[in-house]
Amino acid sequence: MPNNGLYVRDLSVYYGKKQAVKEINLDFAAKEVTALIGPSGCGKSTFLRSLNRMNDLIGDARITGEIWIEDKNINDPSVDVVLLRQKIGMVWQRPNPFHKSIYENIAFGPRYHGIKNKKQLNEIVETSLRKAALWEETKDRLHQSALSLSGGQQQRLCIARSLAVKPKIILMDEPASALDPVSTAKIEELISELKQDYCIIIVTHNMHQAARISDKTAFFFMGELVEFDDTQKMFTNPSKKQTDDYISGRFG
Amino acid sequence: MKERVTLDHPKEKISKQHLTEEWVGKIYTWLCIIVLIVTIFSMVYFVASRGLTTFFRGVNVWEFISGLRWQPDAKPPIFGALPFIFGSFSTSIMAALIAAPLGFCAAIFMTEIMPKYGRRYLQPVIELLAGIPSVVYGFVGLSIIVPFLRDTFPGQGLGLAAGAIVLSIMILPTITTIATDALSALPGGLKEGSYALGATRWQTIYRIVLPTTFPALMTGVVLGISRAFGEALAVQMVIGNAPFLPRSLFDSTSTLTSVITLSMGNTVMNSPHNNALWSLALILMLMTFVFVFIVRWLERRTKI
Repeated sequence: MPNNGLYVRDLSVYYGKKQAVKEINLDFAAKEVTALIGPSGCGKSTFLRSLNRMNDLIGDARITGEIWIEDKNINDPSVDVVLLRQKIGMVWQRPNPFHKSIYENIAFGPRYHGIKNKKQLNEIVETSLRKAALWEETKDRLHQSALSLSGGQQQRLCIARSLAVKPKIILMDEPASALDPVSTAKIEELISELKQDYCIIIVTHNMHQAARISDKTAFFFMGELVEFDDTQKMFTNPSKKQTDDYISGRFG
Repeated sequence: MKERVTLDHPKEKISKQHLTEEWVGKIYTWLCIIVLIVTIFSMVYFVASRGLTTFFRGVNVWEFISGLRWQPDAKPPIFGALPFIFGSFSTSIMAALIAAPLGFCAAIFMTEIMPKYGRRYLQPVIELLAGIPSVVYGFVGLSIIVPFLRDTFPGQGLGLAAGAIVLSIMILPTITTIATDALSALPGGLKEGSYALGATRWQTIYRIVLPTTFPALMTGVVLGISRAFGEALAVQMVIGNAPFLPRSLFDSTSTLTSVITLSMGNTVMNSPHNNALWSLALILMLMTFVFVFIVRWLERRTKI
C-alpha cells in the first residue's frame, strides 16, 4: 500500500438496525480530489462522517470494517480519536464558524494541540488564511467577529480553520451547496489548489461540480458503492447503466 | 378557462360577517390590553405614591437608604433600611453563586453527556422543584438546614447562610431550565466543528458551548437572582429577622421582603411606620425593574 492515502475495507455503518452503508471498499490517493455522488439518503454523507469517526457522536451508530491511514486502522480501539481528527479535517454544508474573532477561529485548533507561542500562532493564522485565499480580505480585520463575514467567506474561514491543525486529509460535505455561484467558484478554485497538498474527499449533489473539480468519482446508491473510477471516464463512459442514468439525470 | 376570479362575493352577508368578526376580535384584544396596562400603571403609581410619602414627610432619602438603625417605634422613629437592602442583595447573590454552578452542570449533563436519561428523568425532577410552595422550602430549611448550621458553625443557625441556601434550592430550577434550553438551542454544527479539529468533549464544552451560550446562561442567573430577591416567606422563616447588618454568614439579619411581611400586619395605614414599609416595597419594585432591564439587555446579546 502506498502511503499518505486512505484505504477503506468492508466498511459498514448501521444506525440501529438499519444498515446505511454496505461493505464499501475504496482507496483514496493523496493529492487527489475524490467526489462522492449519489441521491439523498444513499449513505455518502454517513460514509464521509465515518472517515473521521464523527459517527461516534451519534449514540446508536455502529461501524464495522477497516479504514487504514498511515498503516493504522482508525476503527481500532487503541486509536486516539482526538489525534485522528487532527489528521482528518472536515468542512460542512453550512459554514459553522465559532462565535469568536476571525483570528480566534483559526487559532482555536492549534491552541488545543499545545501551541501557545503568540508568534507561532500568528504565523499559523496567516498561512492558513493564505491557503484558503482569505488573507487579503481579512488581514485588516482579524479581530472582528467571524460572523461579520459573508457566507462564502465564512466557508473559506472554516476551510482555513481545518488547515490550521495541519491535516493530511480534508473531508467536505457539500461545501458549496449553501453558497451563491461566485462563492462556489471561489471554493472550487480553492479545492483545486489544496489538492496539491492534501487528499480531498468531497460529497456533492452538483454533477457539474464533481466533473469540474474531482479526479476520481464514486457513485453511491442505497448504501452501496455502484461504481468508482476516474472522473473523466465516469462522466463520459460509465461502465454501469445505473451510473449513466444518475449522471445524466434520468433518476435520483 | 372561462371562469373568472372576482372579488365581488356573491353572498354579501358572509362578507359582512367577516367584517364583524374582525372588529369583535380587535375590540376584545384592545379591551384586554387596556385593562392590563391600567392595572400595571395603577400598581406602580400606588406603590410609588405610598413609598414616596415617607420622603415627603421629612425622612431624608439618603439616610433611609444608608441608615443602619431601624427603630420605627422610637420617638421620633428612625428608618435606616441598609440592613434590609444588604440582606436582600447578599442572600440573592449568594444563592445565585451556589445555584449557578450546580444548574450549569446539570444542564451540561442533560444536553451533552447523557441527553437521553437526563432529559427523561433529571429534567422533570428539577422542574418539580419549581412547583414546591415556598412555605415548604422554608419549613424544610428550618428543620434541616438551620439545625445543621447551628451544630456545625457558631451562631444560632438562623441567618444569612441559611437564607442563601434555601434560596439557592428555590432558584435552581430557573437557572437549570434556562441553561438547558440555551445549550440545546446551540447550533449543532458548532460542536461538530470543534470535535473535527480534534478537541475533546471538555474542551468543546468550556471553549465553545459555554462561551457561545454565556449571555443566555447569565439571563438564567439574573432571573434566578430576581426571583430570590422577591421571595419573602421561605427567607423570613430561616433568616432570623434581626434588623441589623450581619457580622458573619451565620448571623441573623433581615431582607426587604421579610421585614414587610413581618411588620405589615402591625401597622396602621398612613402611619410613619406603614409608609416606611411602602418605601421598602418601592425599593423592591425598582430593583425588579433593574433586573428586568438586565435580562432584556442580555437577551438582545443572546441572538445568534
